[in-house]
Amino acid sequence: MSMIQAEKLVFEYEKRDEDGNVVGTSRAIDGVDIDAREGQFVAVLGHNGSGKSTFAKHLNAILVPTDGTVWVDGRNTKEPEELWHVRQAAGMVFQNPDNQIIGTVVEEDVGFGPENLGVPTDEIWQRVEESLKAVGMISYRHHSPNKLSGGQKQRVAIAGVVAMEPKCIVLDEPTAMLDPVGRKEVLKTVQRLREEKKVTVILITHYMEEVVDADKIYVMDHGKVAMEGTPKEIFSQVEKLKEYRLDVPQVTILADELKRRGLDIPAGILQKEELADCISSMILQDNSQRTEMDG
Amino acid sequence: MSIRLEHLNYIYSPKTAYEKHALKDICLEIPDGEFVGIIGHTGSGKSTLIQHFNGLIKATDGKLFYNEENIYEPGYNMKNLRNEVGLVFQYPEHQLFEIDVMTDVCFGPKNQGLSTEECKERALIALELVGLKEKYYHSSPFELSGGQKRRAAIAGVLAMRPKVLVLDEPTAGLDPKGRDDILDQVAYLHKQTGMTVILVSHSMEDIARYADRIIVMNHGEVMYNDAPRAVFAHYRELEQAGLAAPQVTYIMHDLKERGLPVDISVTTVSEAADEIMKALGGKDLGNTAAENRALRNRTPEAGALSNKTLEKIR
Repeated sequence: MSMIQAEKLVFEYEKRDEDGNVVGTSRAIDGVDIDAREGQFVAVLGHNGSGKSTFAKHLNAILVPTDGTVWVDGRNTKEPEELWHVRQAAGMVFQNPDNQIIGTVVEEDVGFGPENLGVPTDEIWQRVEESLKAVGMISYRHHSPNKLSGGQKQRVAIAGVVAMEPKCIVLDEPTAMLDPVGRKEVLKTVQRLREEKKVTVILITHYMEEVVDADKIYVMDHGKVAMEGTPKEIFSQVEKLKEYRLDVPQVTILADELKRRGLDIPAGILQKEELADCISSMILQDNSQRTEMDG
Repeated sequence: MSIRLEHLNYIYSPKTAYEKHALKDICLEIPDGEFVGIIGHTGSGKSTLIQHFNGLIKATDGKLFYNEENIYEPGYNMKNLRNEVGLVFQYPEHQLFEIDVMTDVCFGPKNQGLSTEECKERALIALELVGLKEKYYHSSPFELSGGQKRRAAIAGVLAMRPKVLVLDEPTAGLDPKGRDDILDQVAYLHKQTGMTVILVSHSMEDIARYADRIIVMNHGEVMYNDAPRAVFAHYRELEQAGLAAPQVTYIMHDLKERGLPVDISVTTVSEAADEIMKALGGKDLGNTAAENRALRNRTPEAGALSNKTLEKIR
């Protein structure tokens, strides 16, 4: 079943002059079809200004389509009476952790969401505990969020979303401001939520390394879907990605370079281990040839 | 000529409940013309450190010498220091405010007391330096894309003709192309003008590619201060400190463990490819050393500068 489904989605915003008069419209999303099934990990890539964040804002009805339709958990985001269901189904995590934390104590911050949903107090505490455990931050429950590192803050922000028990989490460049370990923490947390809670994940990012495990990748360009496929299918097209101002993981670049220099390496290598396996099998082959010659 | 820190300490909100010892006994020297990378976990003191370089934050104790003069001496010309050490903050585009790009870039030199013509000339050169196209000069800075806004903001600092350019995570939130464009441009500028560049970044790959030397900050202290290869050789310690090595470094370690005799200290893709080919003993169809050098010194896409412009900024 589809958790997120965008069909022929169009979004236009009005350009205004200084006095607030409309001087024209600009099309940020132009006929996009994107589909994420329940439990899937779907990544959206694209350069700055390609429309990916505008798309993300449609997933919990911060924006509604100018044309076309977005269904979240089977509900049309355009219908005002579906608004609360949509927002409960899809939780958002943004780039800057500091803009998302409002509580003075970690557990209060995480409880803010369910409290607003009218969840009974006992259950709020239960959810707070569970979601802090899920993101590995339970030992910080009584801390002030101010004193946490960027990665920890971002995990608290994710816990705040998890406590609302959404079926789907939309992360819009959640690691852009984090150090390498903070980045790893956040991605591991997301991975765990997928495995344990079967949450559907929509990840928007500029780090190619983060999406090699995705079930599906969409590449956006000028408000349209320019490419669609598995990570292997997408990252084997290095030149095409560069046209869209994107890149491939460093290990893929290295594999490509080695291939260019004459090594027999398959296209679309995404994992460090994959490349190491590939190269060490060459050493083995090499050794056995030598042994044959000696014999 | 250099920036030199001697036993520098900084404490936020001393003698309050929020007291934080952000920098602890920092001793460093950054000579003229170097391209230095600063890495460290969030909250390690990187941003606090660089704000000392142009005197925005005054050390709690210790000394900071700019060109052998202690900037904390009474009567030191702080204004001159701030003209020479240009600081580009995180998300500098949030500081754009003027009605058009040109006026915004002129703001710095105008405050330096230069005439309108001089301001304009400097702004034009600075905009050329960051590779922003002429058609945007009279657009509102708010109509530009993320990458263009950031270029405009960096131009605003360059227009003040700093001798030292400090950039705090200049590529955060940019797409891969935007990231490469800006860093290539900074590297080109560094090479052409001999300007000192201090780059703070969370991208180990970027730091490995551009920096001559890396300073690693960890909980307010300098953990390492060495060439990229030497620093990334400590990848396990770096992980403990919230960091990592570039992806290729991990691949090389993995291959070495599997018995391939490779040099594990490499930090860039082309070095790694060279090493693997050498270790496999195969015929290397890769780039020659000269080709590699040309690749490294490539001109940024936004275009090389005319000799006339270069003459003016040197």
